[in-house]
Amino acid sequence: MLVFAEALRNGLGTYVKAITDPDALSAIKLTLIAAGIAVPANLVFGVAAAWAIAKFEFRGKTFLTTLIDLPFSVSPVVAGLIYVLMFGASGWARPLLDTADIQIIFAVPGIVLATIFVTFPFIARELIPLMQQQGTDDEQAALSLGANGWQTFWYVTLPNVKWALLYGVLLCNARAMGEFGAVSVVSGHIRGQTNTMPLHVEILYNEYNFAASFAVASLLAGLALLTLALKSFLEARHGSELARSQKH
Amino acid sequence: MKRTIQFLTLALALGVGSATAEDVELLNVSYDPTRELYSEYNPAFAAYWKEKTGDTVTINQSHGGSGKQARSVVDGLEADVVTLALAADIDAVAAKGLLPTDWQQSRAHNSSPYTSTIVFLVRKGNPKGIKDWDDVAKPGVVVVTPNPKTSGGARWNYLAAWAYAKKKTGSDEGAKQFVTELFRNAPILDTAARGSTITFVQREIGDVLLAWENEAFLSVNELGPDKFEIVVPSLSVLAEPPVATVNQIARKHGTLEVASAYLDYLYSPGASAWRRGIITARHPHTPIPPISPVSRNWNWCRSTHLAAGPRCNRSTLPTAVSSTRSSRAAARSAVTVTTAASSK
Repeated sequence: MLVFAEALRNGLGTYVKAITDPDALSAIKLTLIAAGIAVPANLVFGVAAAWAIAKFEFRGKTFLTTLIDLPFSVSPVVAGLIYVLMFGASGWARPLLDTADIQIIFAVPGIVLATIFVTFPFIARELIPLMQQQGTDDEQAALSLGANGWQTFWYVTLPNVKWALLYGVLLCNARAMGEFGAVSVVSGHIRGQTNTMPLHVEILYNEYNFAASFAVASLLAGLALLTLALKSFLEARHGSELARSQKH
Repeated sequence: MKRTIQFLTLALALGVGSATAEDVELLNVSYDPTRELYSEYNPAFAAYWKEKTGDTVTINQSHGGSGKQARSVVDGLEADVVTLALAADIDAVAAKGLLPTDWQQSRAHNSSPYTSTIVFLVRKGNPKGIKDWDDVAKPGVVVVTPNPKTSGGARWNYLAAWAYAKKKTGSDEGAKQFVTELFRNAPILDTAARGSTITFVQREIGDVLLAWENEAFLSVNELGPDKFEIVVPSLSVLAEPPVATVNQIARKHGTLEVASAYLDYLYSPGASAWRRGIITARHPHTPIPPISPVSRNWNWCRSTHLAAGPRCNRSTLPTAVSSTRSSRAAARSAVTVTTAASSK
């Protein structure tokens, strides 16, 4: 509420101006691009990883689970620095990038990669406990009735977890749009080009543009409220199912 | 018929040739307190360049602590020009081979189109009675300054304090002790000048802010003269923030010509209004020395005062001063001292 009050302190005109400023628009656009790529990518990774971990036994399963949790335990700043080490001017992937003339860090691809990394665990973590608890009975039944693997996944596994999946997507999206640390390291802070919304908020605040800074912040706060509302709605409607996945 | 076609082709070629106004983009990687300067200077240069060549130039800005910004360029941020707080940071980029190591000779005044100095910003009425450096180092005074390891301004702060103490005590030992006491009073070391300013003016932490003079003026202008006062110490440094084209990157982008013009235009009489934003009103005619001893000795300064490692922690920062004979000699010539009193 305070954020909204600060944002509207100088009137609605300033608010609209702050949000329609070209640099702000480009920050909003970049944030949407980053989340727009990171969330579907993690949706695919997350479902695949959770499916493999929960339904199958294989060597290195613990290792894979740990790997999925890594972004939770590693500070986002470290994650950003890893990208700098890999793709920076003296990074090991640099000769390859130079011949292809691709810029990764201090450009949009770096921001997308950093966002994917920090939001990686959200969907898989949401699905794994639920899938493990549901066990493989339904799938075995489907298989014994003659369904192939894909049909089993599509008609049996996925519908069983759809609400938990949606919940994971929501959290993943909220984090993708709000990520500051890792993105800050790889961004280069070029106005109008590599500034995401959280970074833009910081810049405006540091330039004494307090109303404008809170205006952009209010968009992020609005997103958070929307996420919370959707989350409560999901919990109210599908509480028992989600509770099972939350227990772990 | 054939001639007509030839004529037409020629006309077309010429017409197209003169009409191809190119769109070029420049990336200026700069330090913190120049945000306002370049947001006004860039459109002015774009207009000038459009009139001169017909090309449309868009200048993108990146701001942050001077040391951090240099680091980003070293790591691959593709800056066409760097306009940083001190020569050592551009040296770090040059050490990477991105521009010639003698870059500082390529423009007048050691490639510094503007100069500044370090002043104190205190709260209205100066409740702690801060008049000079001695008052800043007194116990019980809370000092706000950025971190000398990442911020150019903070390095100038450090050197200004050092210069004062060196003159007062006459020895490196005395200066070391004085600066140690001063930094003991600084509980918060932000990474860059603007962060410190916000800490002081917005979060209302601290009794005195050691600041670039233009940063101090900006605070007073933005937040009202009824809240802050500027105190000019009896001694300060003449800070020379330099500019340079990052030749290797600009050549790759094909922007070396416009990048050079962009920096040269900073020296033009037309740009004096914006330079004034950085040059201090209090020192309107501070003579710029032909060779700045400070700039020349930044490598010494960095290796002895600001070396990485535990020696450079807040409370022990000044103890990093080496006691070798040669660096003592350097210390004597390291700081150009300007007396604020004389130009008042």
